[in-house]
Amino acid sequence: MGEFFQLLVSGLATGSIYALAAVGFTLLWQASQTINFAQGEFVMLPAFFVLIGTQVLGLNLILGLLFALVVSLLLLGLVFKRLIIDPMLPHGVLPIVISTIALGILLRDSVKEFYSAEAQPFPAIFSERTLSVFGAVISLQDIAILITSLTTITVLQLFLTRTRTGRCMQATAQNRGVAEILGVNVNRMILYTFLINAGLALMASVLISPIYLAKFSNGESIGLIAFIAAIVGGFNQVRGALAGGLLIGVVDNMSAAYISAEYRTAFPLMLLIIIILVRPQGLFGTAEERSV
Amino acid sequence: MRLSKILMAVGLSTAMMIGSAQADSVKIGNVVELTGGGATVGINWKNAVEMAFGEINAAGGILSRKVELTNYDTQTNAQNSRAMVQKALDNGSYVILGPIYSSSTKVNMILTRRAEIPQIVGSEAPFITTAGNPYIFRTSFGAAQSMPKLAAYLKDGVKASSVGVVWVNDDFGKGGRDTVISELKKRGVKIAVDISTEVGQADFASDVIKLKNSGADAIFAYLHEEESARLLKEIKKHGLKQPVVGETTLMNQKVIDLAGDAANGAKGHVGLSADAPVPAVKEFAKKFEAKYGNKPDHNAIKGYIAAYTVKYVTEKLGKFDSKAFAKALHGMTISPKNEPGILMEVTWDDKGDIDRQSFLVEVVNGKQKITQILPKLGK
Amino acid sequence: MRLITIIASLAVLALLVVLPFNLKNYGIYILSLWMVYSIAAMGLNLTLGYAGQVSLAQAAFLGIGAYTTALLMKAGYPFLFGFGLSAGICFCVGLILGYPALRVQHHFLAFVTLGFNALVWLVFRNEEWLTGGTYGLMGFPRPSFFGIDTTNQVAFYFFSLTIFVLLAVILWWIVRSPWGRAFQALRENPIRANSLGVDIRRMTLLAFAIGAAYGGMAGSLFAPLVEFIDPQSFQLNTSLMLLLMVIVGGSGRFLGPVIGALLVVLLPEWLRFTEGMYLIIYASLVMVLLAFCPSGLIGLYERSVAALRARPSGSRGSEKP
Repeated sequence: MGEFFQLLVSGLATGSIYALAAVGFTLLWQASQTINFAQGEFVMLPAFFVLIGTQVLGLNLILGLLFALVVSLLLLGLVFKRLIIDPMLPHGVLPIVISTIALGILLRDSVKEFYSAEAQPFPAIFSERTLSVFGAVISLQDIAILITSLTTITVLQLFLTRTRTGRCMQATAQNRGVAEILGVNVNRMILYTFLINAGLALMASVLISPIYLAKFSNGESIGLIAFIAAIVGGFNQVRGALAGGLLIGVVDNMSAAYISAEYRTAFPLMLLIIIILVRPQGLFGTAEERSV
Repeated sequence: MRLSKILMAVGLSTAMMIGSAQADSVKIGNVVELTGGGATVGINWKNAVEMAFGEINAAGGILSRKVELTNYDTQTNAQNSRAMVQKALDNGSYVILGPIYSSSTKVNMILTRRAEIPQIVGSEAPFITTAGNPYIFRTSFGAAQSMPKLAAYLKDGVKASSVGVVWVNDDFGKGGRDTVISELKKRGVKIAVDISTEVGQADFASDVIKLKNSGADAIFAYLHEEESARLLKEIKKHGLKQPVVGETTLMNQKVIDLAGDAANGAKGHVGLSADAPVPAVKEFAKKFEAKYGNKPDHNAIKGYIAAYTVKYVTEKLGKFDSKAFAKALHGMTISPKNEPGILMEVTWDDKGDIDRQSFLVEVVNGKQKITQILPKLGK
Repeated sequence: MRLITIIASLAVLALLVVLPFNLKNYGIYILSLWMVYSIAAMGLNLTLGYAGQVSLAQAAFLGIGAYTTALLMKAGYPFLFGFGLSAGICFCVGLILGYPALRVQHHFLAFVTLGFNALVWLVFRNEEWLTGGTYGLMGFPRPSFFGIDTTNQVAFYFFSLTIFVLLAVILWWIVRSPWGRAFQALRENPIRANSLGVDIRRMTLLAFAIGAAYGGMAGSLFAPLVEFIDPQSFQLNTSLMLLLMVIVGGSGRFLGPVIGALLVVLLPEWLRFTEGMYLIIYASLVMVLLAFCPSGLIGLYERSVAALRARPSGSRGSEKP
């Protein structure tokens, strides 16, 4: 029992980080039909912005985080949208896929070439002290990560449903044409989505890097898991991506413990395939009316 | 049609790239992982090799010929490593250095053998030197040399009767795991649990629970640096008391920095390490760090030694003769007295494996502490 | 136009015949690798470019073909048997993988096939008794035909060239056949295609199966070319690279994947002087190309030809339909 609980909590903590990456991914899809294959690199990169801030520019951690926030919003939000997605949008999904794959390579190799190929230690934001609950050892860091992610996503959900801007963003996501007629500044709403994605990526990066360490190649595994989480949960719902992230974190741990460690990555993949075939809108998503 | 012109141009430019040599220099091909998953180890190796030949050239080269070093990127992929070794051979390389990934070495060493050009690799998998290839050499212990020492240590030093083995499921981890398990069994030590993990794995909870339940007396961990640190942290979190034993990577200073307190008490066998209590190695590590900004890992030391091996053997022969080079290196002993760049005295056997002093270490208060020096076997 | 195409094809073929005698081993090996990737990319182009079904599993078929051939050759069977069986197995697996395409489309299909590729990779790595695991497989001799041993790089080159040309001609024929037109109808508008009497179900599955079989045959050549196979060569990244070849070359154009493969294989060579920077430059080039010309290099070529023709005379009109 204690063991099961242990696996559950660890899985939820890891899964909540996947959820952050997955949520940004679904937001982009909703707003602009962009499948961002560089999403993993988007999570890898902000940790290096923080490191540049604290180590190269000599800022303290708080200022370093602010610096990273500004750079992330600029590069991963604004520049990404204007320079890469906007010119590609009229061409359809596939060229964007290839272009974001190329972007992923670009980001990965730029970090390797201009910062370092070595894994960099990253300061832990939360204490690593441990507690014992119901026979399971839980670190404060796990709990803090879980709470931070859940809070962020809840706030985001509230923003999208309760505020005027949020509803405009949703209207844009659901039907661009109608939103435009209703007087929504569609382009601005899409820009907000990209900025939120960049912010979420920064948050995921800061939470995950003390555990994962900051390394140029981290994006590959995170990106893949973010996809799986987003689709399993529901590609078009914020809550779906959250549930998907948590579920994948737990499934990964449980299958490694109880079924096969060698095939641990296979179970999330099989879950992905089954979900797509049986319930393409995802466990918590709503059926997509779009005919894309 | 224009297309054919383009093709023609492609062909011509490719043809022109091949050939053109400087008569007074000697070419050495460095085929190594510069992009892809192996870039971290590959760049360490490349930097050290460049540093070594930089020093050698500054001191007048080898037999007063300058070394013209060319780096070839394997992209951490076997078929590409083969292409790159082929290219290095076509370009007339005198000796080929690299690669580090064993699966790449496995395929491209066929080519150096056919071309009768010596190849000094950073790979540690046992099969590299057991294929009877007279042109292949290592500058570090292969798993077949280091694992018996570790197995003996687990049995006699740690007094473990059963061991839980955690390994990373790629060609680095698999080679070590297979060798250590067979060595442990040979000595009558039971394998309590055998756990495969993934490259880049974040959550080691399930693995540590398995270790906890296995009732093993000791844990043998054979993972890359980042994952080693995560595993150590998780082990500490769960309060496991068994000693964690490993090879070179586990006691790496980087792992210690990353894992913090959790690394204390980790012990094992170290072949090449920037923290070895050898002045020449420390000196090298200092120079390397000053130049490239990071502490050299064992792959960097391997590369550095490989470069100086080329220098020493060639000067000993008094001529640039690839075939004679391979012949001469078998059975040769190089001492830092004769060639300071070799760092520690080393002897090659008839298969291309080495024999050298090594260390048993333990992490105490965030520092490697040498508990025992294992002498060269041949002495 | 037709005559020009034939002359051009013959000219390129003649070039490919002459080229190996002017290259060293490395160049010949790279060209052989290019042909192998071209075959796999041509198959993907049929599935993706002509029939419009997104597949991210081509590397899995490359792998299945390579392992099938390698295992059979190690067991002493002749190459051609392994080649045929690789094509057959991949055709069947491709049929099965095509079923999801009947239910879901576009990005969902991309992710199903992506998951399939990752699963196949795990099997290659974990089932050591069969595939040799991470150590890979080696020790299968290159085939010999009519007493010519293809261990020689040039001999293997011509062997690959023969198969490459043969498979290209077959694909050309498929694309021109009623099947090919049905595939394109499927891509343009499945509902209309259905009302015109195209059996959507059968054509979708066939598009997958034939594409997969090409992947398998490419893998069958890959194994003896490299003389070693390991799971690493068939992971997801390879599928993405093959997709990149098709899109960058020009998806839905017959020569697109061949040009795309040439670029992917040779570009690192041309950018060698930039040392570690070449992937950065390469990625930037791809992004710029796709932003300005989503139809890829072939599209770029056609566009510049059209522009050149339109400017000087002005009378010949454009090539656009």
